[in-house]
Amino acid sequence: MCCTDMALAYVEAHAAWSEANTKPSLSRDYAAFVARAADGSARAAFAVEGVRCAGCMAAIEDGLAGLPGVSSARLSFSDRRLTVTWTGEAEADIGAVLAALDALGFKAQPFAPGRLSDAEATETRRLIRALAVAGFASMNVMLLAISVWAGNVSDMTPENRDLFHWIQAMIALPAAAYAGRPFYEGAFRGLRAGRVTMDLPITLGVVLTLVMSVVESLAGAAHAYFDGATMLLFFLLIGRVLDQTMRRRTRAFAENLAALRSESATQVEAGGSLRDVPLAELRPGTRILVRPGERVPADGVVEHGASDLDQSLVTGETAAIGVRGGDPVFAGALNGDGALTVRVTAAAGTSLLDAVEELMQRALAARSRALVLADRATRLYVPLVHAAAALTLAGWLAAGAGWHAALLDAVAVLIVTCPCALGLAIPAVQVVASGALFREGVLLNDGTALERFAEIDTVVFDKTGTLTLPLPTLADGQPEGGALRLAARLALSSRHPMAAALAATAPGAEPFPGAEEAAGLGVRAVVDGVALRLGSARFCEAEAQAEAALAVHPDASVICFRAGDAAPVAFAVRQSLRPDAAAVVETLQQAGRRVLILSGDRPSAVEVVARRLGVTEWEAGLTPPDKIARIEALQRSGRRVLMVGDGLNDAPALAAAHASLSPVTAAHVSQAAADALFLGRDLAPVLAVLAAGRRARRLMLQNLWFSAAYNLVAVPLAAAGLLTPLIAALAMSGSSLVVTLNALRARTGTARQGSPAANTAPDPTRAPQLARGRP
Amino acid sequence: MTVLLLVIPIALSLGTLGLSAFLWALRNGQFDDIEGAEYRVLRDD
Repeated sequence: MCCTDMALAYVEAHAAWSEANTKPSLSRDYAAFVARAADGSARAAFAVEGVRCAGCMAAIEDGLAGLPGVSSARLSFSDRRLTVTWTGEAEADIGAVLAALDALGFKAQPFAPGRLSDAEATETRRLIRALAVAGFASMNVMLLAISVWAGNVSDMTPENRDLFHWIQAMIALPAAAYAGRPFYEGAFRGLRAGRVTMDLPITLGVVLTLVMSVVESLAGAAHAYFDGATMLLFFLLIGRVLDQTMRRRTRAFAENLAALRSESATQVEAGGSLRDVPLAELRPGTRILVRPGERVPADGVVEHGASDLDQSLVTGETAAIGVRGGDPVFAGALNGDGALTVRVTAAAGTSLLDAVEELMQRALAARSRALVLADRATRLYVPLVHAAAALTLAGWLAAGAGWHAALLDAVAVLIVTCPCALGLAIPAVQVVASGALFREGVLLNDGTALERFAEIDTVVFDKTGTLTLPLPTLADGQPEGGALRLAARLALSSRHPMAAALAATAPGAEPFPGAEEAAGLGVRAVVDGVALRLGSARFCEAEAQAEAALAVHPDASVICFRAGDAAPVAFAVRQSLRPDAAAVVETLQQAGRRVLILSGDRPSAVEVVARRLGVTEWEAGLTPPDKIARIEALQRSGRRVLMVGDGLNDAPALAAAHASLSPVTAAHVSQAAADALFLGRDLAPVLAVLAAGRRARRLMLQNLWFSAAYNLVAVPLAAAGLLTPLIAALAMSGSSLVVTLNALRARTGTARQGSPAANTAPDPTRAPQLARGRP
Repeated sequence: MTVLLLVIPIALSLGTLGLSAFLWALRNGQFDDIEGAEYRVLRDD
């Protein structure tokens, strides 16, 4: 090829006309996604979409095992990630793996190495190892401790008791030194930063218990508390492991989603060759290719090519916008039917994405200042416990007891108040509730969001992609018959989203052979000597029909069809409402919640949707700062707002709201800002999330109150000097068990209590209607 | 009571055996994919 521009023209043409742009039709360089092990073998990780059952797992692993050079392919069902290893001498062919997965019907995207958070996995392993050691120690120490308790009321000799105490010390001291490290480090970090965390009373409790036990054993006393210290660590580590598992799981899904959304871009090299690079590697001035049907990965200026862009994720505007050389494009826009070469712009800090990110960061910082339940509990708990211990010490000294007895009782207070139940109260509920939500198609991004979902009294919806389905469908009352059938078959050859709406009306039809796409215009074919055209009004010379169709459906877009010289036909295509949107909005309103629509789309389109849903408060044409301003005004007036939205323009609003929810089709910035994502065509997860949040909060509060009540009984007992090791062990394990069993109740009931109406006002006619909408 | 000198080491070494078996399984990746394992057990190969 003579020059770069010629090569670019070839690449564009190839990308636009290639049979299926989603398959890697050109050789692309995926080297950035491959990690090399020490022995020279290559390894790559993929996020895989659509894995639902054991059959999927077997199909993928067997299908990939046959590829040349692949030594192993293993799919982790827990986090939907596939790891492929190649043999040492083989070339790592990621393109072949993607093609094989595509042929099997799974969409996949390689992860850039290093993006996988190894630190998280290491921390989880460390906690589980500590848990295992603490479990081993507490079992063996308990074995010996029970012998001592039994011996104290029968005929054990003091020599044997001392022997048993020293064996306990030999097990408990090294085990506590190892298993307690997460807490000691946390307490130290907190103190250095000038904060008092829950780790401090834990550390104090464990260390003081052990020191006191050693001193007592030296004196040959009847009681030692080695079993209490190890059991304490065991229960607290269960809480930590649950908390960590929860965090890791939600993050793993968020990362998978981020990888599956356009997290990589196709960079055009100087010679015209293509290379897949992670988004982070894009620099201003880089030239990237955006294929038909792909999302624009970064802000930039079009250099070559012409196409229609669907900016609905960016601005909420549903009508497609035509772009050609020199026009700016924004990250997140969906490319229509032409390939574009885009030069990434240098305008850092001024691009739309940057502006959105900045707004979002500000809003998120404001939200993170809000205290969650666990923090509030810690703030109350720590000073109270330490005050109680100090009071006990002072009280006994004042009452004339010796230093030894007074210290013993003060330490007993610290032991018995050590927050076993408190440490389990919240993470256990979060893990169980998020598991229950996951089964209903909701992925939680943040465990603390459950508490915030519980307080919602106002729900704000975005229109495009949230109340409506992300893909358009054919409007009602359209011309039927031969024209529709021909148009639908022709539409199969186009990748434009509007054509997809037409194609959906003719399931099972075959595309016309020889149909070809004219970039930026439409698709055409010659059938039985008649030239068929499908595309824009200009392409079909159908301006009059298009205007007539728009007059009937003001919220729709138009796609035209013409067979030879016959009269052209205009089809109105619009974003249709999610099937249960009206029922969900009605349920929310009946439960006394205020429902609003804030959209960036044009007023005529928003009004139609608002009227059909019975929502009286709606605003259209809003920019991202407008949306934030509306939500902040609502929150200042004392409302707790749930924002449901999917667009890039919604991301700051999602972050500003008290809690937020996004459909899984949302822009990745929005997915990162939202507290939870929901899957599927239905809007019912909104109700499920609110119900699960209320239920989880109720259980958390119950657990916290139970822990408080437990302390109210145990502290006077310990302060009075009546606490024997047996009572301490029973109290600690009993309270932890009660809290955990109570947390398990978050598992049941979310499915049945999905609709708030069912909670507040039982209405038999509603229930089946909503049940239908849920998978 | 000399039997204690025999029985306690036995109890402790059994416990240690269990602990090291668990740590081995953890390091060996047996817990990496808890959900997948229930399906893999039914596969023929």
